[in-house]
Amino acid sequence: MTWAGWITMILSVGFVTGLFAWCIVQVLVRKPGHLHGLEDIDTGDQDETPAPEARNDPR
Amino acid sequence: MSVGLTRESWTSRVGVIMAVAGSAVGLGNFLRFPGLAAQYGSGAFMLAYFLSLLILGIPICWAEWTLGRYAGQRGFHSSPGIFYALIRHPLGKYIGVIGVIVPVMIYMYYVYIEAWCLGYAWYALTGRLQLGDRVADYAEFWARFVGATQDGLTLGRGHNQALGFLALVFGLNFFIIYRGIARGIEAFCKWGMPALILLALVVLVRVLTLGPPDPAHPERNVLAGLGYMWNPTREDGTPALAQLANPQLWLAAAGQIFFSLSVGFGVIITYASYLREEDDVVLSGLTATSANEFCEVGLGGMITVPAAYLFLGAAGIVGQGTFGLGFKVLPLVFSHLPLAWLFGAAWFFLLFLAAVTSSLSMLQPGLAFLEEGLGLNRKQAVSLLGLLTGVGSLFVVYFSKDLKALDTLDFWVGTFLIFVLATVLILTFGWGLGVERGWREAHKGAVLRIPSFFKPIIKYVCPAYLLTIFAFWIRFNVFARNPETGRIEPAGYVKDLVGAQASPVAQLTVAFILLCVLFFCVLTAAAGRRWDRAAREEQEVRS
Repeated sequence: MTWAGWITMILSVGFVTGLFAWCIVQVLVRKPGHLHGLEDIDTGDQDETPAPEARNDPR
Repeated sequence: MSVGLTRESWTSRVGVIMAVAGSAVGLGNFLRFPGLAAQYGSGAFMLAYFLSLLILGIPICWAEWTLGRYAGQRGFHSSPGIFYALIRHPLGKYIGVIGVIVPVMIYMYYVYIEAWCLGYAWYALTGRLQLGDRVADYAEFWARFVGATQDGLTLGRGHNQALGFLALVFGLNFFIIYRGIARGIEAFCKWGMPALILLALVVLVRVLTLGPPDPAHPERNVLAGLGYMWNPTREDGTPALAQLANPQLWLAAAGQIFFSLSVGFGVIITYASYLREEDDVVLSGLTATSANEFCEVGLGGMITVPAAYLFLGAAGIVGQGTFGLGFKVLPLVFSHLPLAWLFGAAWFFLLFLAAVTSSLSMLQPGLAFLEEGLGLNRKQAVSLLGLLTGVGSLFVVYFSKDLKALDTLDFWVGTFLIFVLATVLILTFGWGLGVERGWREAHKGAVLRIPSFFKPIIKYVCPAYLLTIFAFWIRFNVFARNPETGRIEPAGYVKDLVGAQASPVAQLTVAFILLCVLFFCVLTAAAGRRWDRAAREEQEVRS
C-alpha cells in the first residue's frame, strides 16, 4: 500500500461515512415531514382496486 | 413536549433512516461493486467512480426523484407515460420504454443471483459450505452450483439445486407482489438491513485482521490487498493516467454508480410518481445515496477485494466475473471465524433479504406500465410480467457457461441502457423542463437546499460528461484499432457480437433484448392510443 493509496482510501471511506452520518443528523435534527425509501412509497395498486383511469394532461 | 413523545418521534425518525437505508442496499453493494473494483483493480477506478458519484449519481438521483413526482402529479405512473408527459411528443413514450426494459430485464438475472444467496445461506446452515482452506474448492463448488462449466448444466438431473432455489425465490417474489404485501416485507427489512450492516462490520474486522493464509506467499497480506484496491498505480505497473485513458473503465464506474443507486433504472422515477408535493425528495434521495455508498465503498469493497487478494493473489482476482467473487471468497473468510456456519448463513440470508427488496422494486415499473398503459388489473399484470421474466430467467439459467448470458445482459442492459436512460433524464431535467423550473420542483417539501453549484453541473457538466464517455466508448470499442494488425476492429463487449470472435450466446442474448424492446414498444403504441383517447375525452368534457 503506497502513501497515495492510503490517501485515496482515507478520503474515499471518510467521505462516504461522513456523508451518511451527516444525512442521519439532518433527518434527526431537521425532522423532515415526508421522507421516503423507495419501497415504502404507497403505489396505490397493492389491492384489488381497478386500474386508475388513464389521463393525458402533460401541462 | 413530553419525554414519551420525544422518544417516539426519535424512534420513528430512526425507523425512517432504516427504511431508506434498507431500500438502498442490495446486491450491487456487496457483490457487483467488489467484482468491478477487483476487475479494474486500482485507485484509478475509484477516482472515476467518485467523480461519477459527485457529477452524475447525486444530481441525476435528485433529477429522477423530481421528474417522477412532477409527472405523477399529472396523472402518469409508468415510465412511458411519464416521458410522454415530460417530453410532450409522441416519441417520448417510446423513450420511456427503456425505463421498463431496464428493471424488467435486470430482474431476469438479479433474481437468479438472489437465488444463489438463498442457496448459500442454506448450504452454510447445513454445513455443506465448509470446504476447507483451498479457494479452488470454493470456486469449484460455485461453478458446479451455477453451471458455469457447461450450458444447460443446471437444468440437468443431479445439478439442478440452483434451479430449485430460483423457483423458490421467483415464486416468493411474485407471491409477495401478487398478494400486495411488499410493504410488510419492507417493514421487516427495516431491522434486517441494520443487522446486515452490523454483520458486515464484524466481517470487515475479521478480514482486516487476517494473516497471510498461504505461508508460501507472505506477500499476499491485508495491506497488499488494500493496496491492490486503492493504489493509483496498478499492480502490473500501469500508471493511473494510462488506466484513466480507458473509456471502458469510465463506463463501468458510471454504470456501477447508476446500478447501485438505481439511477437511470426506471425504478426511482416510477416510485417517485406516487409522491405528493409535500414529500421531501432532496433529503430522501441524498440519504438513500449516502447509505448506499457507505455500504458499497465502506463495507462491500473493503471486505471482498482485500479478502479476494489474500486468497487468490492479484493474478487470481482478474477474470472471476462481476458477481461471482463474493461467492468464492467470502465463505472462505467465514471459515476463519468461530461459528462459521452461523456467520455464513446469516450473511447470505441477510444479503438475500436485501436483494428481495430490490427485486420487488424492479417489478413495479413493469406492473405500473401494464396497469396504466393497457388497463390490466394487478393480477393480470402480475401474471403477464411473471411469464415474461420467467422466460428471461430460464434463458439466463440455460446459457450458464461462463455466465455469458448473465454477463451480456448485465453489460447491455445493466450498464449501457441505464447509461442511455440517465442521459435522457438529465437532459430532460436540465434542458426540457428547464433547470430553474426543475429546481423549484425539487425544493417543494424539501428541508434541505441543493447547493447552487449543482445548477451548472446538471445543465452542462453532467450531459457533457455522459456524452464524452459515450463518444469515447464508441471510438475505442466499436471502432478500435487492433495494435497488431492495424485494422479497425470491435473490442470489449462489441467484440462478442460481431467479427471473428463473436459469441453465439452473446448474440442470442442481444437478440433477446431487442425482442423485448420490440414487445414493449408494441404495447406502448397501444398504451399511447389509450392515453390519446383519454386526452380527447377530457378535452371534450372541458369544452
